[in-house]
Amino acid sequence: MIGFRLDGRSNVVPYLQLVDQVRQALRTGLLEPGDQLPTVREVAESVAINPNTVLKAYRQLEHEGLVEGRPGQGTFVVRSLAGPSLASHAALRRSLHAWLQKARDAGLEPEDIEALFGTTLHAFEQEGVA
Amino acid sequence: MSVALETTGLAKRYGRTWALRDCTLSVPRGRVAAVVGPNGAGKTTLMRLAVGLRRPTRGSVSVFGQAPRDDAESLARVGFVAQETPLYRDLTVADHLEVGRRLNGDRWDSTSASERLAKLSIPLERRTGELSGGQRAQVSLTMALAKRPDLLVLDEPVASLDPLARRTFLAELMGEVAASELTVLLSSHVIADLEHRCDYLVILSDSRVQVLGDVDDLLASHAVFIGPADGPVPDGVSVVTSQRTDRQRSLTVRMDGPMRSPRWASHPISLEDLVLAYLGAPGAGTLPGPEGST
Repeated sequence: MIGFRLDGRSNVVPYLQLVDQVRQALRTGLLEPGDQLPTVREVAESVAINPNTVLKAYRQLEHEGLVEGRPGQGTFVVRSLAGPSLASHAALRRSLHAWLQKARDAGLEPEDIEALFGTTLHAFEQEGVA
Repeated sequence: MSVALETTGLAKRYGRTWALRDCTLSVPRGRVAAVVGPNGAGKTTLMRLAVGLRRPTRGSVSVFGQAPRDDAESLARVGFVAQETPLYRDLTVADHLEVGRRLNGDRWDSTSASERLAKLSIPLERRTGELSGGQRAQVSLTMALAKRPDLLVLDEPVASLDPLARRTFLAELMGEVAASELTVLLSSHVIADLEHRCDYLVILSDSRVQVLGDVDDLLASHAVFIGPADGPVPDGVSVVTSQRTDRQRSLTVRMDGPMRSPRWASHPISLEDLVLAYLGAPGAGTLPGPEGST
């Protein structure tokens, strides 16, 4: 079971934040086909948001063919977004963790790390195109 | 779409003062409607009229198609938590539940009330005068919900609570809305508490309805425009507020349709900023058309 959170400062509307969190969990293998999503009530209560927002997010995921609502049972994952690269995630996560430790030791704040990662990724993609 | 609460030309006068004037609104069933406005705007009056504690001086109010107070059956469908969540301080929590059960009969849901209080670790044998503010608010909410109301009216229920207790209260409320067909009317001064929780908005100002509508529709039809200090206001928008420095001008606008203007940068607006803009501009307002906008 995954937990949801809402970033109040984000410009992304709340229901799409929930959709993104499910997509991300599907991509990293945290959620797999057959897994159950929390009920609308559970999400509404744990995040303290309007249940219609949760319903809207679940409908969107259903529309994308990622989950399926089964009457009287709940909402279940039917498709994964994890590619064949999933097998190498664990090793990459470990080396990223070690890198993050170095970054923190060098005095970088989370915002600095995100900015550095974002610009480096962007430059890397550009190299690939060139 | 069925309507939970509807008022037409509703007005209430106390002595020589009109607490509410010409209030026409409707709240669809199943919504969580925020009622906001400055002190003295008529929020409490509207709520008291809606639950039948006051009678209109003029106009009409109906809850699920019936005037409140007309009969016991329609009153049974309405739960009300007044400001300061009044409880009998010398009675225990269990005493309150017992009184509720006796007064409400078959409709009273003792099981879920006890379960809710147990989940929140609120001791049943404690006098309510000895509970924390957050716990008293939860007991009041539990009492109102145990009636299994179709309409729940909450007048500033979280005003006196600390942030954690406010969140716990609102989380419980959202869970309850998910579990039932409940319609909620909720007033608060803390707009941040309403954001992402309310899906319908009523702004009262100077004892009239200033803004009414679906929150997503309102947020989609309003924006903050930043542009040149001396430029003309873009076409196709109504300006709610305007602030100018020597370099630039910031407008809170209502857009009549999708629009782009090369000289103005458009930013999405938060519920809090939308409410603050209208509260600061009592002359501006937006109401749905005669058929309603949703």
